[in-house]
Amino acid sequence: MGKQTAKQIAKRIVSLIIILLILSFLTFLLMYLAPGDPAEKRLSSQGVAVTKEVLEAEQERMGLLRPFMVRYGEWLGGVLHGDFGLSFKDDMPVGPKLVAGLKKTTGLASASLLLALLVSIPLGILSAVKRNSIFDHIVRLLSFIGNSLPNFLISVLLMYLLCIRLDLFPVVATGSLQGLFLPAISLAIPMAGRFTRQIRTETIEQLNKEYVTGLRTRGVREKTILINNVFHNAIGHIFTVVALQIGVLMGGSVVIETIFRWPGIGKLVMDSINARDYPTIMGFVLIMGTIYVVINLITDIVYHVLDPRV
Amino acid sequence: MKKRKKQLRNRMIIAAAFALLLVLIAILAPVIAPNDPYKTSAALIRKAPSAAYLFGTDNLGRCVLSRVLIGARTTIASTFFLVAISFAVGILIGMMCGYFGGIIDGLLMRLADLMLAFPQMVVAIAVAGILGGGLGGAMLALGITMWTSFARLARSHTLAIKNEPYIMAAKLQGKNSFQILFTHIFPNILEPVLVNALTQIGTTMIGISGLSFLGLGVVAPQAEWGSMISEARAYIQIAPWAVLFPAAATVLTITVFNYLGDAVMEYRDAD
Repeated sequence: MGKQTAKQIAKRIVSLIIILLILSFLTFLLMYLAPGDPAEKRLSSQGVAVTKEVLEAEQERMGLLRPFMVRYGEWLGGVLHGDFGLSFKDDMPVGPKLVAGLKKTTGLASASLLLALLVSIPLGILSAVKRNSIFDHIVRLLSFIGNSLPNFLISVLLMYLLCIRLDLFPVVATGSLQGLFLPAISLAIPMAGRFTRQIRTETIEQLNKEYVTGLRTRGVREKTILINNVFHNAIGHIFTVVALQIGVLMGGSVVIETIFRWPGIGKLVMDSINARDYPTIMGFVLIMGTIYVVINLITDIVYHVLDPRV
Repeated sequence: MKKRKKQLRNRMIIAAAFALLLVLIAILAPVIAPNDPYKTSAALIRKAPSAAYLFGTDNLGRCVLSRVLIGARTTIASTFFLVAISFAVGILIGMMCGYFGGIIDGLLMRLADLMLAFPQMVVAIAVAGILGGGLGGAMLALGITMWTSFARLARSHTLAIKNEPYIMAAKLQGKNSFQILFTHIFPNILEPVLVNALTQIGTTMIGISGLSFLGLGVVAPQAEWGSMISEARAYIQIAPWAVLFPAAATVLTITVFNYLGDAVMEYRDAD
């Protein structure tokens, strides 16, 4: 890694910090602009009858009467120390809930990514090699349909088929390993569709390059070219494609976790939205935004390392 | 090569015909719907498909076919509306940024970068959740990030042509910036941005129906596929038709629009 690259990375990290500050501000602003009074929401979500006196006391207690920027500063200070405030719903700290959910979500997301890659790398490469064959047409059709399926639909259909008609899986996942299978597949199918399409295109592009013709004329075996050269060159591309899916995966996991009651951060945020529990929603946005931005940065760096020309 | 181009053209036309058919169904939904999609009936609860109710009835005795047809309207109209608004806002911002450059360009493009820095669906879920549901809220939540792709595309195409001789000639004729933007630049960058709009339709439908499925989109009793599936999922064992027909409609519609997007892209690329 040269000096130039190090400098570029430093620059990216600075802009990343700025982006995260803006994200935190926007998140706080969003809650500030949300219709209704937080004190009233806290009271009503805890089932307290709201009178004027109770409301004013609660506003005072929550520090709502102080200026906006002071409150933002305090919240941000807390967040930097891992303190995301107290939930409106049960007065428990939000941070540990988010961390526990995040662990479950990471497990689900990794499983689905792994599944998607295991299916799409061989399919994508094979259909590129056997271009325009029947196999290629079938793969293209399937990946196209997979790409067009909303994941809530896949999960409802899978649930109907496998849990109800065939009775193979438990309907409610609740975090067990067996329960991981269906939500992971539901997330993996549209991703596998997208990956297969992109890997196929990239492989075709690589196969059309001159170095492949060169290797062929020198008598290198097709299989060797494919594994040692084409796949090797395509890895950087696959990496970027995966990184681009992280955002989609985050949104998808909210839907899937809600359907299968997988106790991840996505289910947590939907429960919080239904209960109008703003501190948890804010924590969710901030954590997901941070992970996304950091992953993007890492992807860029890895891409640089894999291909020093960029 | 010419034969290939012709093939691709035919494919594009067929896809467009299917898409048009879906749009027509959506427009004519109130006329074609055999029953009132909102009329509940205690006597008709969860009836299997029959001649009178081709797709059966749901938990409240409402005609599923009629609701799927009216739901086409909700889904397709809101998607088109959202894509159109994002397209208009994006192309306007992109053209101005590309043409004038300077501080405004810098600021707006940083804003676009910022929007792209966050995962779209996460932003949409948070915004729609805090706004408290409603189709308008869901559309706003998706639109916040959607305009950026149009703006970037319009900007880069504007940058590419703004120093072309014909733009210079127009300047020398004394046309003002407004005239140049709309009579010379706009028609020349329209095609790629329109193609982008076309490819966004499928994703937008997935987004809107996903938010509705989560209860963050349309409000009951309005018919929309995502919310119909979400409602009927609870009694899927007893009345699978109430889930399967709106599901089929969703898959069909998204597939047709995605296919059209693909077909147009391939046709353009094949030269």
